[in-house]
Amino acid sequence: MNAIDNKWIGKRTIRPDGADKVTGRAGYSADHSMPGMIWGRVLRSPHPHAVIRGIDTSKAEALPGVKAVVTAKDIVNFPLDKSVMLGIQDMRWMCRNVMAREKTLFHGHPVAAVAAISEEVAEAACKLIEVDYEVLPHVIEIEDAIKPDAPILHDFVRHEGKPSNIATTMVNKLGDVDAGFAQADLIIERSFTTRPVHQGYIEPHACTVSYAADGRVTIWSSSQGQFMVRAMTSLLTGIPQSNIRAIPAEIGGGFGAKTIIYLEPVAVMLAKKSGRPVKMVMSRDEVFRATGPTSGSMSTVKIGVKKDGSIVAAQGTFYLQAGGLPGSPLRGPVGCSFSPYNIENVLSVGYDVVSNRSKVAAYRAPGAPLGAYATECVLDEIAEALGMDKLELRLKNTAKPGGKTVYGATLGAITFKETVEAIKNHPHYTAPLDKNPSKGVVRGRGVASGFWFNAGGESSAQLNITEDGNVNVTTGHPDVGGSRASIANVTAELLGIDHSRISVLIGDTSSIGFSNLTGGSRVTFASAMVVTQSAEKVIGQLKERAAKIWKIDPEAVIWDNGEARPAGPNAGQFPPLTLKDLAAKANEMGGPIGAGVQLNTTGADPGFATHCVDVEVDVDLGIVRVLRYTAAQDVGRALHPDYVEGQIQGGVVQGIGWALSEEYLYNAKGQLDNASFLDYRMPVCSDVPMIEPIMLEIPNPKHPQGVRGVGEAPIVPPLAAIANAIHDALGKRFYSLPMSPPKVLAVIDG
Amino acid sequence: MTDIRYLAPPTLDEAVRAFAAAQGAARILAGGTDLLVQMRNGMARPGTIIDIKKIPEMTSISEAADGSFWVGAAVSGAVLAEHPRFGTVWPGVLEAINLIGSTQVQGRASAGGNLCHGSPAADSVPAMVAAGAVLTIAGPNGRRTLPVEAFPAGPGRTNLAAGEILVGFTLPARPAGSGDAYLRMIPRTEMDIAVVGVGVSLTMAGGVVTAARVGLGAAAPTVLLVADAAKALVGSKLDDAAINAAAAACSAACKPIDDKRGTIVYRTKVAAVLLKRAAAIAADRAQGRA
Repeated sequence: MNAIDNKWIGKRTIRPDGADKVTGRAGYSADHSMPGMIWGRVLRSPHPHAVIRGIDTSKAEALPGVKAVVTAKDIVNFPLDKSVMLGIQDMRWMCRNVMAREKTLFHGHPVAAVAAISEEVAEAACKLIEVDYEVLPHVIEIEDAIKPDAPILHDFVRHEGKPSNIATTMVNKLGDVDAGFAQADLIIERSFTTRPVHQGYIEPHACTVSYAADGRVTIWSSSQGQFMVRAMTSLLTGIPQSNIRAIPAEIGGGFGAKTIIYLEPVAVMLAKKSGRPVKMVMSRDEVFRATGPTSGSMSTVKIGVKKDGSIVAAQGTFYLQAGGLPGSPLRGPVGCSFSPYNIENVLSVGYDVVSNRSKVAAYRAPGAPLGAYATECVLDEIAEALGMDKLELRLKNTAKPGGKTVYGATLGAITFKETVEAIKNHPHYTAPLDKNPSKGVVRGRGVASGFWFNAGGESSAQLNITEDGNVNVTTGHPDVGGSRASIANVTAELLGIDHSRISVLIGDTSSIGFSNLTGGSRVTFASAMVVTQSAEKVIGQLKERAAKIWKIDPEAVIWDNGEARPAGPNAGQFPPLTLKDLAAKANEMGGPIGAGVQLNTTGADPGFATHCVDVEVDVDLGIVRVLRYTAAQDVGRALHPDYVEGQIQGGVVQGIGWALSEEYLYNAKGQLDNASFLDYRMPVCSDVPMIEPIMLEIPNPKHPQGVRGVGEAPIVPPLAAIANAIHDALGKRFYSLPMSPPKVLAVIDG
Repeated sequence: MTDIRYLAPPTLDEAVRAFAAAQGAARILAGGTDLLVQMRNGMARPGTIIDIKKIPEMTSISEAADGSFWVGAAVSGAVLAEHPRFGTVWPGVLEAINLIGSTQVQGRASAGGNLCHGSPAADSVPAMVAAGAVLTIAGPNGRRTLPVEAFPAGPGRTNLAAGEILVGFTLPARPAGSGDAYLRMIPRTEMDIAVVGVGVSLTMAGGVVTAARVGLGAAAPTVLLVADAAKALVGSKLDDAAINAAAAACSAACKPIDDKRGTIVYRTKVAAVLLKRAAAIAADRAQGRA
């Protein structure tokens, strides 16, 4: 099922959702409306840190047109002393994130919400809500938050027995680092900082919610998981999951941040109180202020090598910003930073640091890029000190199949070495670079590698043959990056029918079995697996039907190129039966044809990537431009190459923004100063070159088509690759992101 | 919902009367690329909107017999770019106006609106200052003229009196051997706002600068005319000493702030770099080399 002469797998077919998207018909979160619908708005805290002494909503409730007001009292309270987990999310923090409870913890923290007959009235009503705040000193940056005299956000957080802003410590260990460093001929230790960066999806969070007279709730919203929306809304509202139907809208980008919810439980409670459908849409300003960026970080990485370049020990300490509530992605840097390499002695420690910023959310390979930034920059310095080719240093130390990782897993069939070799042999890496093309302009080349865990997990699929002999396939996770296109290819290949006869749908929570989030680079891996098994079941049914019609043994029937045929001359002489023929006779031969499969999928081995980048620096203005970018990655099997390339290119672009321009800027009052796309500087198209993906198709032996997750690994290397390229251009190293023009010029001017 | 009166008078006199009658509750609409954004985010709630795009004088471009240009306040960047002569005479002014917003925004955005918005970072203003543009302003007390550099009063503020409307720009006749240029520093390649912007206009004869004007944007509360920079250039052959002196004058003129778009140190350095680069382009254009 993975042959080079596949008819559909590996082909660049037209995506099932393409026509609707390019013609503006696709229904996104904010597009759904209902009769009698009213509008919800959120009142947000103007203070980064304050005790809520009281909230008086009476004036807002008295405003004509206001139909409901909710506060934290209307959201289920998860007491601080008992953790209730949904996946990796602790509901103690989620309930306090959707609506501030004891305290407001960041500028923009929801304090109350109003539903009214128009957005204007709802907005006016929010201004009439009187909140009695006791403003507290605030703390924004990690270095300030971990000082002994820092304002403490949470009394219940203790570190080493004392009140602290360090909420969690994660320690991963392998071997004995002290013994390892003792063997080293060269040790380099450096400290780095990165800034929190936002996922920057174009579609703001939005939802429409109906609360019917019989207590049944319907939610239309875009997310990375309709089942997550259902489960989290159920926990936060107390409504059983069987009474909630979450209908996934098309999603305008999530990148991890739509793996949690912000508006849905609030809208449900507004709808319940008002008896009317409620729609809520965040502004861009609200998205920046109150939805999760990923963590900023402070890290120190120490690596020891022998003279020949073999790494004998590595140690990493990673402080991550969690935002106002605990939960930064520690396992990203702790687990991934050293895992591309075969190192006997590793100590990797992460600290989860709360401060008065919006709570972080997942972002593409959560935490891994900031760890790789530190590790891969230190490796660059080691290669330089040893006079070794940078890729040779990596090749010398590549992790091996069967090797043990610091996070505990034993590696399977890994293909890191192949990604390094792909870059080493690519004309980009071997092309000469004019390092000083004109006065005031210098160029440099950098490389870096990266690792991401990848994931399997729960997926469900249902494949039905229509009465006219065509196909509907339904899966249970939102299509963020082209998964429907991949599923259409797989289904067409397996059934041996034309791609145009297949319709691929995303089911809602009441029409398809439980499916985990779209995240962790899991969806194409997992859904192709359940769709394959569903298709195999359907093919079995089709063969049985043909056997019944021919009155022969089902074992004597084969399914080939969209038709049932006798397996050989001994089985009998019958004209083939097509899918259409068998569908037409379905009812008389035993009923409708279709099958579903629900699995907890396994076998998603880690992803590896190696990148090469050329940059140009304007030494008078400090501006860095990316000239050329090549990204090699083992993708297992590209079911639909367009969307695999798109994942690689998209990850790199986000990495470029992270490295060069994106950051949150807070003023002295602890308020976010750049809550807009104008001043939160994500790259625009003209800022990035065409990114060349090298898709290495080395089949994953644990997957029917050989798929390996691809979505996250590509954002892991760019930060270091670009920092290393800037060093190659300028001869100066940068230890802090973003490498924005003022910072670059300051280093140049020395 | 607030009701808004929309007027589109066909003459300037009617626009002035309507604007005065509204007693400060009205806003002038040219392309609307600032006004509508302000209304959407609640920063502006005008009772009356007076659309000036029906007034021929405010949407016209004309070249007089003496070589001077009239550019109506509401002329869009795209229309100005299509004018057969304007861009050859004032390439720096045109490139500055064409930097305002995206291609779509260029179909609406005007130099008049850019100036009246009062932003120290407005791209067209340093180029207009370098060009020596003179404004025509109409109000209840008649018409007056004002050098463009005297128009801004501070961030978001102008020296328009109550009831006054900016009618347009007069760019002076251009002697032979003249050229202008505008450069800005932005962290991105487009869709961004100037961290610093510099406009330079030069007239040269036999390789010597005979006249110069320098406009500096985003480096002080208002766009500045940097007379000392011009002085350093006039009489020189744009040798390193003259260029460095002009660049130093630009840095010296900076009174910037540290904000989300740039730092004091960075803006001060960049003003000098952009002066050098813009002067080189203007000189090439003045001497027919570009």
